[in-house]
Amino acid sequence: MDIQWSILVEYAPFFLKGTLLTIGLSLAGILIGTILGLFIGLGKMMKNKFLSFPFGVYITLFRGTPMLVQIMLIHFAVVPLFTGGTNGIAAAILTLSLNSAAYIAEIFRAGIQSIDKGQMEAARSLGMTHVQAMRYVILPQAFKRMIPPLGNEFIVLIKESSLASLVAAPELMYWGRAMQGQYFRVWEPYITAALIYLLLTLSLSYVLSRLERRLATE
Amino acid sequence: MIEVKNLKKSFGTNVVLKDINVTVKPQEVVVVIGPSGSGKSTFLRCINLLESITDGHVYIEGIDITDKKSDINKVRTEVGMVFQQFNLFPHKKVIENIMLAPMKVRNTSAEEARKKGLELLRKVGLEDKAEAYPDSLSGGQKQRVAIARALAMEPKIMLFDEPTSALDPEMVGEVLEVMKQLAKEGMTMVVVTHEMGFAKEVGDRVIFMDGGLIVEENVPNELFDYPKEERTKAFLSKVL
Repeated sequence: MDIQWSILVEYAPFFLKGTLLTIGLSLAGILIGTILGLFIGLGKMMKNKFLSFPFGVYITLFRGTPMLVQIMLIHFAVVPLFTGGTNGIAAAILTLSLNSAAYIAEIFRAGIQSIDKGQMEAARSLGMTHVQAMRYVILPQAFKRMIPPLGNEFIVLIKESSLASLVAAPELMYWGRAMQGQYFRVWEPYITAALIYLLLTLSLSYVLSRLERRLATE
Repeated sequence: MIEVKNLKKSFGTNVVLKDINVTVKPQEVVVVIGPSGSGKSTFLRCINLLESITDGHVYIEGIDITDKKSDINKVRTEVGMVFQQFNLFPHKKVIENIMLAPMKVRNTSAEEARKKGLELLRKVGLEDKAEAYPDSLSGGQKQRVAIARALAMEPKIMLFDEPTSALDPEMVGEVLEVMKQLAKEGMTMVVVTHEMGFAKEVGDRVIFMDGGLIVEENVPNELFDYPKEERTKAFLSKVL
């Protein structure tokens, strides 16, 4: 296992570009997934069974099937259906967003339902509307409890963004595979990719633990 | 002020309130007593529609709150409620707990809401706790903050749902003291409680409930000293 530093130097710009795309894909997935997840979570909590049913189905489908299957379906079937062509980056963002939305929906639901129902009653008894009670009383408390599971989900998302390499989105793992293909080397590309992923996930968990501590002392 | 007519409430097949008729006049203090499971808390919660009403009518100052067209949020601003478990907002400071509803529901300015809040805290003897978080307060202090929070909306009616049941014995007095003060000032109050001393001293009328029905109601002295119904006698012999 003699490391060939020269090919690493040659690939450094590609790994950098790939890392930036990985960050971009993850951020897009987190952002869109969080917004979608909030709506799906609220949808699933609706009292009307007929209205909440489709949201439950959505969550079941995306949590119950492998992301690899999802990204293949979306890349080769769904995106071409709408645009007539394929686009790896679009497919990756779409898959990451839709998949994480299902998990985030459940995190939101669990967070909101973990707040004692007396809080809602107290807010309503003061004359607040349901929306006001949610906004000023329930959600601020629920959000604090959601941070740890949301953090987990975001870390999973960064790692799963590596699946985008299979649909030719030139992110970190894509360049790792390209390097293996060109030089028939495995240690250099994959150790490099692993270290960069580790750096990304560690940075994120550091930021999240800081945020958690700050909110806890408030 | 409050008129409850033929109120019925069931949870599924479990009938909790069978046929309740009560009228509460302005400035009256009505105390509701009864064994647990008698429906007294449910009755109280129906008055501000925290429980949906299965059948019958509840009028608050002439407005039928069972009518879907009534603005229940508006009615609730007139009806303050104090809960057994306090239900203070733990993420907000004491003063913010009190300021929240006036600012969001009545659009009171922050400055005015704070001034009013401090005034109310002084009234319940907790002015020095304005900047504290609820978690740092004792049970009695929490309940007094909860009363101040309800009063901040300047309600015409106050509902108390076993306000001292979750308190350590030595803290019951301070909460009852605040409630007595309120009664003296002429607040219309409906109080569900196990504090018979409070019922005797402050109540204008005592209602004894059992099995989802009003078994007996009378002025406190009469009801406590000369109960007419067997069930009332049996209950009082256990608690007095």
